[in-house]
Amino acid sequence: MTSVLYDVPGPRAIVRNRILAVVTVLVVLAAIGFVVYRMAVTGQFAPQKWYVFTFSTVWTSILTALGRTLGAFALAAVLSLALGFVLAIGRLSDHAWVRIPVTAITELFRAVPVLVFMMLLYYGLPVVGIEMAPYWAVVIGLMVYNGSVLAEVLRAGVESLPRGQKEAGYAIGLRKSGVMRLILLPQAIRAMLPVIVAQLVVTLKDTALGFIITYPELLYYAKLLSSQQGRPILQSAFVIGGIYIVLCLILSGFAKWLEIRMRHSPKLKGYTPDAGGGDPRIHEGSTVTEVIATQRAGGKFDAGGGVGPTP
Amino acid sequence: MDVIFGNLDLWGQAIGNTLLVFFIGGVIALVLGIIVGAMRVSPVPIARAVGTVYVNIVRNTPLTLVFFFFVFGYPQLGLPKLSNTVLGILAIGVYTATYVAEVLRAGINTVPVGQAEAARAIGLPFGQVMSLVVLPQAFRSVVPPMMSVFIALLKNTTVAAGFSVAELAALRATINDAPDRPGNPMEVLLWVAVVFVVLVLAMSAVQRHLENKWRIAR
Repeated sequence: MTSVLYDVPGPRAIVRNRILAVVTVLVVLAAIGFVVYRMAVTGQFAPQKWYVFTFSTVWTSILTALGRTLGAFALAAVLSLALGFVLAIGRLSDHAWVRIPVTAITELFRAVPVLVFMMLLYYGLPVVGIEMAPYWAVVIGLMVYNGSVLAEVLRAGVESLPRGQKEAGYAIGLRKSGVMRLILLPQAIRAMLPVIVAQLVVTLKDTALGFIITYPELLYYAKLLSSQQGRPILQSAFVIGGIYIVLCLILSGFAKWLEIRMRHSPKLKGYTPDAGGGDPRIHEGSTVTEVIATQRAGGKFDAGGGVGPTP
Repeated sequence: MDVIFGNLDLWGQAIGNTLLVFFIGGVIALVLGIIVGAMRVSPVPIARAVGTVYVNIVRNTPLTLVFFFFVFGYPQLGLPKLSNTVLGILAIGVYTATYVAEVLRAGINTVPVGQAEAARAIGLPFGQVMSLVVLPQAFRSVVPPMMSVFIALLKNTTVAAGFSVAELAALRATINDAPDRPGNPMEVLLWVAVVFVVLVLAMSAVQRHLENKWRIAR
C-alpha cells in the first residue's frame, strides 16, 4: 500500500524494524495490561458485576433498545437521502431564486452541531407550543444534518462528471429533468456510493446522541443498566459498546467492499470522480469520513492503483 | 437580548469551556494522530497493524460512547480523580486522533509514487525521503481536510454537554434550572446555534484561504 516509501529492508533495517516492533508490542501490552490490572484490582471481573447479564429480561431489553437505535437510524437514513437529493438538485438549479436559498439552508444545516439541533427540537420547540417526542427530535436532527452533507456529496458527484455527458444529453433532445434523472444522477450516485454509505455510518453513530436528549436507545439503556445491582458501569459499557462497534463495522465493511468493487468495475474504468484535490468544494466543512472516502474513491490516493487521476 | 446580557457571566464561561475543550482536545488529537499516522505508514508491520486496529475500532465507536467510557468508566478504575472536563477533553482527543491519522495517511498517499522512488534512487535514506520529499508535498494536500477535522471537532465539543461539562450546549440546562435567570430554552439554543454557525463559517473561510494559497498545480 505505502511500500513505495521504503526499500526492501537490508540487514540493519531489519534489525531496527524488529526492535521497533518489539517496542510497539511492549507499549501496547503495557497499556492494555495496566487497564486490565486496574480492572482486576477494583474488582471489575467479579461475578456480581456481570450478574445483570444473566437475566434474559435484560437481554430482551437490550434487543428492544437495539430496535429503537436501528429504527431511528433507518428512518433517518431514508429521510436524509431524500432530503439530500432535494437539496442537491436545488443547489444545481439554473434559477438563482432556487439555488441561493437552498445553498444558504445547506450551509446553515451543516454548520449547526447535530446535538444542538436535536436539543432545539426537543427542548426548544415546547416553548412555542410544539411538543416533540425524543424519537422525532433524533430522526429530524439526523435527517437535516446528514441530508445537507449528502446533498454536498451528490452535488460534488454531479459536478465532477465530464461536461460532455450533459451536452450529449441535451444533444439527443432530453429536457433538463431528463438529463439530470437519466444521465447525471445515475453516474453521480454510482461514483459516490462509498461516500454515501460512509455517511450512513456517521448517521448510525450519531443516533447515540439520542442518549443525551433521553431517547431510550442502546446507550441510554447502558446508563440505566449501570445503576442496577452491583453498579456494572464498565461492564454495560463494554457490552453495549461491542454492539455499536459491530454494527458500525458491518456498515463500514460494506462501504469498503463497494469501494473496492467499484475500483475494479469495468464500467467505471477511465472515469474517476476528481473530488480529492480537483474539487475544493468537497472540503468546505464536510465531514471527515466523507473527505477521506471521497479521496479514496477518487483513486488519487491509491498510490499503487493503476487508475490515475484524469486531469 | 436579555438572554445574553442577563447571563453574560454564564456565556463567557460556556464559550471559554467550549474553546478549552476544542484547543486542548485538538492538541491531544494532533499529537496522538501524528503518532498513529506515522505508525500506519511505517515499515514495521506490527506498528501498522496496531495503528489500523486503533483507527478502525475508535472510528466505528460513537463519540457519545467514547465519552461514556471516559467519564463514567474511568472513575471505576480507582485511579486519581480527574474532573469531567479533563476526561471529556481526553475522550474527544482520542476520538479525533483517528481522523487526524487518516488525513495524514491519505495525504502521504497523494504524493505520486515516482517522487519517493526518485528520492530513493538518488540514495536518500528513509528519514530524508520523508522530510525532504514526501512530507513537504503531502502537507499542502493535508491542510484542507485537516481543517475539516477541526471543524468537526468544534461541533463535537457539544457532546460534552451531555456529560456535565459546562460548555455552550449545556447552557440551556444551566439557565433553565436557575429560576432567576432570564431566557427560555429556545432563545438560549438559538443563540448557541448562532455562535457555532459563526465559528464554523469563520473556520471554513480560513480553510478556503489556505486551500487557495497552497493549491497543488500538478
